[in-house]
Amino acid sequence: MSDSETRGQRFVALCMLGIVLFNYPVLALFNVPGTLFGIPVLYAYIFIAWAALIGMMALIADPDR
Amino acid sequence: MLHGPVIIFTSFAYLGLLFAIAYYADQRADAGRPVINNAYVYSLSLAVYVTAWTFYGSVGRAASDGIGFLPIYIGPTLMIALWWVVMRKILRISKQNRITSLADFIASRYGKSALLGGIVTVIAVVGILPYISLQLKAISSSFSIVVQYPEIIMPGKVGPQPMREDTALWVALILAAFTIAFGTRHLDAAEHHQGMVAAIAFESLVKLLAFLAVGAFVTFGIYHGFGDLFSRAAAEPKLHALMTPLEGVAGGYASWVWLTILSMMAIMFLPRQFQVTVIENLDEKHLNKAIWLFPLYMLAINMFVLPLAFGGVLHFPDGGVDADTFVLTLPMAEKQELLALLVFIGGLSAATGMVIVETIALSTMVCNDLVMPVLLRLRALRLNERPDLTGLLLGIRRGAIVLILLLGYLYFKLAGEAYALVSIGLISFAAVAQFAPVVLGGIFWKGGTRRGAMAGLVAGFAVWFYTLLLPALARSGWLPTGLLEHGPWGVELLKPLQLFGLTGLDQITHAMIWSMVANIGAYVAVSLSVSPSADEHRQASLFVDVFKQSGESGDARFWRGTASAPDLYNLLARFLGVSAADGAFREYAAAKGQRWPDDGLAADAELVHQVEVQLAGAIGAASARVMVASVVKEEALKIDEVREILDEASQVVVYSHRLEQQSRELEAATAELRAANERLKELDRMKDDFVSTVTHELRTPLTSIRALTEILLEDPEIEQRKKFLGIITKESERLTRLINQVLDLSKIESGKAEWQATSVDMAMVISDTVAAMSQVFQERHIEVDVRVPDRVSPVAADVDRIIQVMLNLLSNAAKFCESGKGRIEIALSEQARSLRVDVRDNGPGIDPEDQAIIFDKFRQVGDTLTDKPHGSGLGLHISRKIVEHFGGRLWVESSRGRGACFSFTLPTGAGT
Repeated sequence: MSDSETRGQRFVALCMLGIVLFNYPVLALFNVPGTLFGIPVLYAYIFIAWAALIGMMALIADPDR
Repeated sequence: MLHGPVIIFTSFAYLGLLFAIAYYADQRADAGRPVINNAYVYSLSLAVYVTAWTFYGSVGRAASDGIGFLPIYIGPTLMIALWWVVMRKILRISKQNRITSLADFIASRYGKSALLGGIVTVIAVVGILPYISLQLKAISSSFSIVVQYPEIIMPGKVGPQPMREDTALWVALILAAFTIAFGTRHLDAAEHHQGMVAAIAFESLVKLLAFLAVGAFVTFGIYHGFGDLFSRAAAEPKLHALMTPLEGVAGGYASWVWLTILSMMAIMFLPRQFQVTVIENLDEKHLNKAIWLFPLYMLAINMFVLPLAFGGVLHFPDGGVDADTFVLTLPMAEKQELLALLVFIGGLSAATGMVIVETIALSTMVCNDLVMPVLLRLRALRLNERPDLTGLLLGIRRGAIVLILLLGYLYFKLAGEAYALVSIGLISFAAVAQFAPVVLGGIFWKGGTRRGAMAGLVAGFAVWFYTLLLPALARSGWLPTGLLEHGPWGVELLKPLQLFGLTGLDQITHAMIWSMVANIGAYVAVSLSVSPSADEHRQASLFVDVFKQSGESGDARFWRGTASAPDLYNLLARFLGVSAADGAFREYAAAKGQRWPDDGLAADAELVHQVEVQLAGAIGAASARVMVASVVKEEALKIDEVREILDEASQVVVYSHRLEQQSRELEAATAELRAANERLKELDRMKDDFVSTVTHELRTPLTSIRALTEILLEDPEIEQRKKFLGIITKESERLTRLINQVLDLSKIESGKAEWQATSVDMAMVISDTVAAMSQVFQERHIEVDVRVPDRVSPVAADVDRIIQVMLNLLSNAAKFCESGKGRIEIALSEQARSLRVDVRDNGPGIDPEDQAIIFDKFRQVGDTLTDKPHGSGLGLHISRKIVEHFGGRLWVESSRGRGACFSFTLPTGAGT
């Protein structure tokens, strides 16, 4: 399998992971009162998951940055 | 310092700076040293996605429903994860086909259809108008707020004031002039606007910095960090509900999901995104960085949205300040004049960036896919005979820019007041989402046809118009509101906001569901029911299989006809100008190893294709096809021929794969053959050896027989007559035995020997053979000791053959025993699954190095030259073959001077 195909499949998997992370029911788990680092839990979760997703995209797209 | 004149001056100074950047970048591009050929500038230019909607509107959205602003940025992040698969393909297709816009892309995919291009253009322009009006609204209202400083008065409460009405119009006109200066200074065959891209990238930096500055000021300046801000917000009941916004909201998750899907489509198919991502892309590799840098940008600019929203609600508790303006009004309320000015410029950046790129992209579409195809078909205009059309092309584009901005202004006047910023923008998102099925279907599914694409687009657009645009106009009072409440003609089922009785969803979700059902349904159904034309078939194959083709002239193999090089040159010169046409021809000739215009270029399919591609860069694929067709005589290919060419191409690929495989197989077969050949040679040599040995063995007894008979013939009365006859008889017997053994061996080796496996009692075999040999033993005075247990298991074997083995071993033992002192021990023992027979003698023994070879054919121990041979040399070989045939083993243990012990085993119970 070529490098391009491997990366393509990794990206598709990552997109699916993102769809799971930012969807019901995972979102509902964090839709609770309270704060994390002083930030409401849901928002803290979304931003952390989002940043992690971007980090993984960077690793796949641009490994020799 | 926040006075009207200062603000206006700063704004113009900022626009002037942008223009300077653009001018510098254009100069560098002309000099061949582009500044934008870099992945960071490319990534920043993609951030044109972030408009006044984000800059002002996100905060407004967050203040009303908390989380609702986020799907607009998370959706694109998810989509960009798929760009490696999707966008790389679109980029490659667009570069190979010189695509100039989204409309061009779709028209080109579906058989270079001018009508389809026109439909896409109309949808794009109408769909984007609300979005442009959003920017005009944002600029004009932010301006009217900031000039009220130090008062904070909402635009709607200023009272009837002609000035405000005019702001939006002025903004529209100024932006039109600015865009014309930016995007239509000259005609680029590749539709690259490097200056514009540089300016947009700069604007992306400015708006990010401005937003982060105001966010940090509110979070850390007005409040004491995130913790303080959110704990205060939690005390406010209205804001407390927004901390867990997904709870109890009817269709909260559905709305979240559809907004995500909608923005996934928008990031691909907004005309300006297509422009900066695809058309302005200089190098496919820039995508690798943009894939993570652009999402990172979106993450960064969203960090402070929620703090700003909550901060604004806390700061203006009476609700008199529109949440869409918090970004600006918070620093104003804190008397931060400089920050307020920076915010205003940031908002201006966000809005102007969007307007410039969007109108340039739309004007290219309007020119190439709407106006030019019509003009070129009007024979009365005689456009074909005009020497230079570049001026006309630029004129059309400039007109289109002004028209689009004025239409945006008109929409703002008609419907802009009834909705918040984000709601206006979402209407446009829903419109461009209609392109998703035909584009994505077009690059992955060869079955999509022109009629299918038209049906899908028209159906989707109609539903969009009915469920989103009509209600927007109705709410603004331009249509009777009864339409929304009771449906047209009182038909409740057709109410635009609850079509077919679908309720419980927000407006955008409702519209997206129905429009996608109509769009995808019509696209697939019509595509499957109408067969494509030759052109469509060819284009479908070129698009879907773009990564399988090599070279740029994928299209050339489909062209057949006659043309002349000067005609083609003149055509190109009319649309691109003489110098560009010269350059193109010279480049083409150089690639062929010729010189233009000294060498007459052959006007073959490749040149025609080249000219069409160049032309497509200026006027779009559909128009380029019409124009090229006007100067060349093309023989139309029939669909069967196109299929044939495509099939040929794919067959060539298949054949070459098959060839590779066959050659691999051939190599393997050759290696096998070589090995087989080696084996055969070996066998052949062995056969030769065998034959020569056999004949040698036969000759020895024959020679002695012949010599003795000759003596007897000469003198029949000779004394030793009886002795001689005895020798002759013995030698004849030996000859017979030898011949029998050779026959036996050849039978065994060729597999023709007849084996009859029966249950054999080994004890019986041993006593029989010993009895048969007793004469010999007695003659040689050999003592025989037989040790056999009372009961042994039977073995499955051919009893005659086993007797043959026993006789052979016993006669060998007798042969080598010294007469008088000889002793032979025969032992039978039962082992785990076999019987073992040992035949031990007290002869001279066998050297270890000889033990292996005595089982070979014709091998005997001892010096064959001096010692008299004791046998044929086949006995042990045949015995071993027999034992092995029945699954046993035959071997010898011995050492010099200590006698030898031949042993064999046979498996028990195998035959029962």
